[in-house]
Amino acid sequence: MQGGPFRFIHFRFRVITRKCRIRASPMIKVENLTKRYAGFTAIKDLSFEVGKGEIVGFLGPNGAGKSTTMRILATSMPATSGRATVAGFDVFTQSLDVRRHLGFMPENVPLYKEMRVSEYLNYRASLKELTGRRLRERVGDVKELCALGEVENRIISGLSRGYRQRVGLADALLHSPDLLILDEPTAGLDPNQIRQVRELIRNLGRHHTILLSTHILPEVEMTCNRVIIINRGRIEAADTPENLVNAMRAAGGIRLEAKAAPGDDAPALLGAIAGVKEVCAEPAEEGWSHFTLRTEPGRDPREELWRFTRDRNWTVRELSLRRATLEDVFVELTHGDDL
Amino acid sequence: MLKFLTLLAREIRAYFYSPTAYIVLCFFLLLTGFAFYMDVAILSRGPTEVTIVEGFFNSVPFWIGFILIFPPITMRVFAEEFKLGTIETLMTAPVRDWQVVLAKFGGALFFYTIIWIPNFLYFVVFERIANASAANAAGAYWGSFLILMLVGMFFLSIGCLASVVTQDQIVAAVICFCVLALYFFAGLLTFFTPNVSPILRDMVSYFSTLEHMGEFSKGIVDSRRVVYYLSATAFVLTLTHQIFQFRRWKA
Repeated sequence: MQGGPFRFIHFRFRVITRKCRIRASPMIKVENLTKRYAGFTAIKDLSFEVGKGEIVGFLGPNGAGKSTTMRILATSMPATSGRATVAGFDVFTQSLDVRRHLGFMPENVPLYKEMRVSEYLNYRASLKELTGRRLRERVGDVKELCALGEVENRIISGLSRGYRQRVGLADALLHSPDLLILDEPTAGLDPNQIRQVRELIRNLGRHHTILLSTHILPEVEMTCNRVIIINRGRIEAADTPENLVNAMRAAGGIRLEAKAAPGDDAPALLGAIAGVKEVCAEPAEEGWSHFTLRTEPGRDPREELWRFTRDRNWTVRELSLRRATLEDVFVELTHGDDL
Repeated sequence: MLKFLTLLAREIRAYFYSPTAYIVLCFFLLLTGFAFYMDVAILSRGPTEVTIVEGFFNSVPFWIGFILIFPPITMRVFAEEFKLGTIETLMTAPVRDWQVVLAKFGGALFFYTIIWIPNFLYFVVFERIANASAANAAGAYWGSFLILMLVGMFFLSIGCLASVVTQDQIVAAVICFCVLALYFFAGLLTFFTPNVSPILRDMVSYFSTLEHMGEFSKGIVDSRRVVYYLSATAFVLTLTHQIFQFRRWKA
């Protein structure tokens, strides 16, 4: 199929199948998924989709149902009701096919601690149906990708948290799965290691679909195309980080620190400027005041503000735009009721 | 099949990663060594109808050791995976539940078989040194070996079952030991109370391991016993498989 006239046909064929598959089946499709444990409901009627090639961040307070959802998707346990498919296969009835298309790294990265790194990866590779040369190649590849070369002969129990995390990730990548599900891949790592893992995930995102959960929100803003925020087993929001933040303008706004001219009713005057919705004033030392201005969505009246302060002879020592962050969105949606 | 062998190889190796294997081996060799020594000492007092092989497999130190080796062999198999959470990585690889259950059982059986190798050397050494036969016929050796395997399979499956119901290895070991001890002593019922009804006596002899051991070590291979142990093992392993699935699903 490589050369000659066949190449063209092969190419066309691939393009067609790809288009169809994108439209027909997303990588993950969850419909009305519910999981009840004895006494409480972990997730209620969850529905969402993850398209091919997306990196999706799964956020929520502890106990929101993130791990439960991920474990159901990874075929580690069944849902009480509802349906979920991965790569077009049902997670319950076709779990073996799902597992062939999926690399899962559970929370806390459980490993056989008495094995050596290479030995463990070889064992996992042959469980994942790799044999012979392909097995050696893949084990070599993931060791290189996850920078495990220098510890390949060490026993896992003697490795640091960062290395164990990488062994877990290497294991998840062994059979080059279409989908990676990573449950808190950066938990317990130091800032340098977090940065390394983030880089790694971003690189992996080129070839894999990734669903990851984390508590480190700036990380999500940097790595993910889309965010799903879940609270008490329900989806609170699902959108790109930018859209979520833009929808949350209320939390952002303009900060102005100025000394108003004597006799001016500062809040009223500021409120009259076009684009300013609400003014909150806080007097500070020696005649200075902090103003927090809420703006109308999509407007940035900083220029008008500057002209206004110049015309009225105010002394300004700060005029800045404060953007809402994903953290604001998260806190707002989950009401900060972290367990 | 390849996956099953991979799983089996890991199970077997896992025994030798931990000191448990060596401790069990040493402890068991000491006990059976003592049993053998006692056996030879008693038999050398005068002429008797009992052979060395028969005496060995029916002595008290042998049975104490025999019942005590099962809990440490099997306590680990499932309980540890549940405790460490490795069951999650294991069961999200494309393997089937029954492959895992059979591999764990197979690993235990392999290790159990290894334990017996030095014990059969006792008889070889005895025959060399004493220049006398340790058993009446070759059938006694094969019979003993067969019954050891059969009983071993059944007891190991009980151990696996005990390990799958808990995530604490100690609890698994205690459950296994209690069940085996109860089973063993129930088989001794007719020894303690000779006046029981013949029906009860028949029933007891059907599952009395001690009686079976006596028969087989004389070289009498009774197919009823073979069927009994094989089907009992299959039953307990099926139960183990069911509970294994149930536990993963409700977790």
